[in-house]
Amino acid sequence: MLALLICIVVILGLVIALAYAERKVAAFIQDRLGPTEVGPYGMFQAIMDVLKLLQKEDIVPATADKNLFRIAPIIIFAAVLAGFAVVPVSPDIISSGAEVGIFFLLSIVSLDVIGLLMAGWGSNNKYAVLGAMRSVGQIVSYEIPAGLAILSAVMICQSLNLQEISFQQGILLHHFAGLENEKNYLFGLKALNVDVTAVGGITTWNIIRMPFLLVSFVIYYIASLAECNRAPFDIPEAESELVAGFHVEYSGFRFAALFLAEYTLMVLVCLVATILFLGSWNTPLPNMGPLKLATWTTGTPGTIVATSWGFFWLMSKVSILLLSQIWLRWTYPRMRVDQLMQLCWKILIPVSLGMVLLAGVWRLLMI
Amino acid sequence: MKKNSISIERNKGFWTAVHSLWSGLMLSLRHIKKATKRREQMYVSDPDYFTQKEGLVTLKYPYETIPVPDNGRYRLHNEMDDCIVCDLCAKICPVNCIEIESIKATEEIGITSDGTKKRLYAPKFDIDMAKCCYCGLCTTVCPTDCLTMTKVYDFPEVDIKNMIYHFTDLTPEQAREKQELFKKQQAAKAK
Ligand code: SF4
Ligand code: SF4
Repeated sequence: MLALLICIVVILGLVIALAYAERKVAAFIQDRLGPTEVGPYGMFQAIMDVLKLLQKEDIVPATADKNLFRIAPIIIFAAVLAGFAVVPVSPDIISSGAEVGIFFLLSIVSLDVIGLLMAGWGSNNKYAVLGAMRSVGQIVSYEIPAGLAILSAVMICQSLNLQEISFQQGILLHHFAGLENEKNYLFGLKALNVDVTAVGGITTWNIIRMPFLLVSFVIYYIASLAECNRAPFDIPEAESELVAGFHVEYSGFRFAALFLAEYTLMVLVCLVATILFLGSWNTPLPNMGPLKLATWTTGTPGTIVATSWGFFWLMSKVSILLLSQIWLRWTYPRMRVDQLMQLCWKILIPVSLGMVLLAGVWRLLMI
Repeated sequence: MKKNSISIERNKGFWTAVHSLWSGLMLSLRHIKKATKRREQMYVSDPDYFTQKEGLVTLKYPYETIPVPDNGRYRLHNEMDDCIVCDLCAKICPVNCIEIESIKATEEIGITSDGTKKRLYAPKFDIDMAKCCYCGLCTTVCPTDCLTMTKVYDFPEVDIKNMIYHFTDLTPEQAREKQELFKKQQAAKAK
C-alpha cells in the first residue's frame, strides 16, 4: 500500500512536471511565453490546472451509458498505472521483480484499449465513438510493431525480467543472481573478443550490444508515440475534426484522470524504451583506463549512492525521451488515418519482423 | 542543405523523407534556442518594428503595453460643460446606446468653449459602453466637439450595469427644480 502511494506521488509529480514542460516547450517553439503567472515562470500552473479540474462539476450526459461512462477513466488510469509495477528504478529498487516483467506490462497496458472503447461508447456521442474507434484501431495496430521491437530486444537479453535486462547492460552484471558467469563483449560479438564487462557505460547498452537494435528502438519509439495517442499520431483526439475524440463528453475529475493517463503512459513508454534499449539505470560513462567513470557514477549496489545514481540516470534518460516526444508533437502535423495505417502495416511491421530475425541470428553469434 | 526551396517535392524516397523530417525538427529547435530573446515592445511606426524577426512575441499585457494610436477609437468621454444637449449623437448612434433627456432652461445657462450658447439642461445623459460599437459617429456629429474618444481601452466591470456611464452634471433634485422653474415660466408666459 505504501509502495503504491509513493509510486502515485512520484508519477503524479513527474506527470505534472511533464505537463508544465510541454506547455513551456510548445510556447518556445511557437515564439510564445507560455505560463508565467502562477509561481516563478508559471511553474505551478499545471498544479493549479489539476486543482481546478478537481473542483469542477462531474457531468454525466443524460443519455450516456452511465456505468461505462463513469468507470472508463478509472480503468484507463488503473491500466496505465499497473504497468509501473514491474519497472525497476535503480539496482535495488523495484516494485515487483516478476520474471514475466515486460510481458505483464504489455498485457496490462493493453487494457487501456477497453477503457477507451468504454469511454467512447458510453458517451453516446458520435464524435466520441469515432474517436474511440480510431484510437482502438491505432493502438491495436501499433501494438504489433511495438511488441516485435520489444521482442527483438528481449531475444538479445534472453529475459523478460526488466531488472535482469537492466543488470545485463552495465558493470553490475555479476551482481544479479544467475548472471555471475556472463560476459559482455563489444557489439555482443564473442568473435571480436573484446571483453567490455568491466568497461560498462554506453558500450554495454543494448543498442551497442546489438547495434541493429537502434532500428528496433526507432520502431518502438514511433509505435509508442502512436500508443500514447501523441502527435503526429493524435488522430483519436483530432481537436479540429472530432472536437476532442473519445473524451469529448468528460469534465472535471474524470477528464483529469484521462488526461493524466495519457501523460502517465508517455512516462511509462519512455521508461520501457530506456530500460530495453538505452541501458536502463546504468550510467552512460564507460570506464576508460584509470578513469573509472562507470564505477564512480554507479556506486556499490545496496548503498544509497547507488540508488540515487540509478534513479538519476534512469530519470535523465527518460526526461530526454519525454522532451523529444514534446518536441516532435509541436513540430509535425497530424497524420491521416490511412497514412497512419500504411506506416504501421506496410513499413513498421515488416521492418520489425526483419529485426526479430536479425536479433535471433545475432544472439547465435553472441554465445 | 538547399535553403529556401519553395516547391514541395513528393515521393522522392526514404532519405528525402528522413531529411525533411529532420529539418523540421531543427527548425523548431532553432526557435527554442531563440527563446531567451524577446521582441522589444515598440510602436508600429518605429522604423525597427518590422526588423525584429526573432524571439518571443508575447506581450504580457497588464504589465507591458504598446502605445495606443493617437486617433484610436476607444472609450467615450463627454465634457458636459460644453454639451448643448442637441441630441444629434443619440440620433446618429447606430446601436442606440446614448440616451438623452433634456429640460429647457428659463434663460441662457452658459456658453461653451467654442462660443455656442447653452439653453438646455440634461437630467439624463447615459452612454452604454457595453452596447457601444466604438464607431465614432457620435463624435463626428457633435457640433461642439465635446463628445470625444479617449485612449482608455481597458475598462472592464464586474457588474454590467456599471458599463452605463452617466455624464449628467445634475442631481435628480436639481433636475426637478429646473423642471419646476421652466413650468412656472411657461405658465407665466401663457397668462
Ligand atoms: S461610438 Fe458609435 S456606437 Fe458608440 S455611442 Fe457613438 S455613435 Fe453610438
Ligand atoms: S452631439 Fe455633442 S453637444 Fe449634441 S448632445 Fe451629443 S454630446 Fe451634446
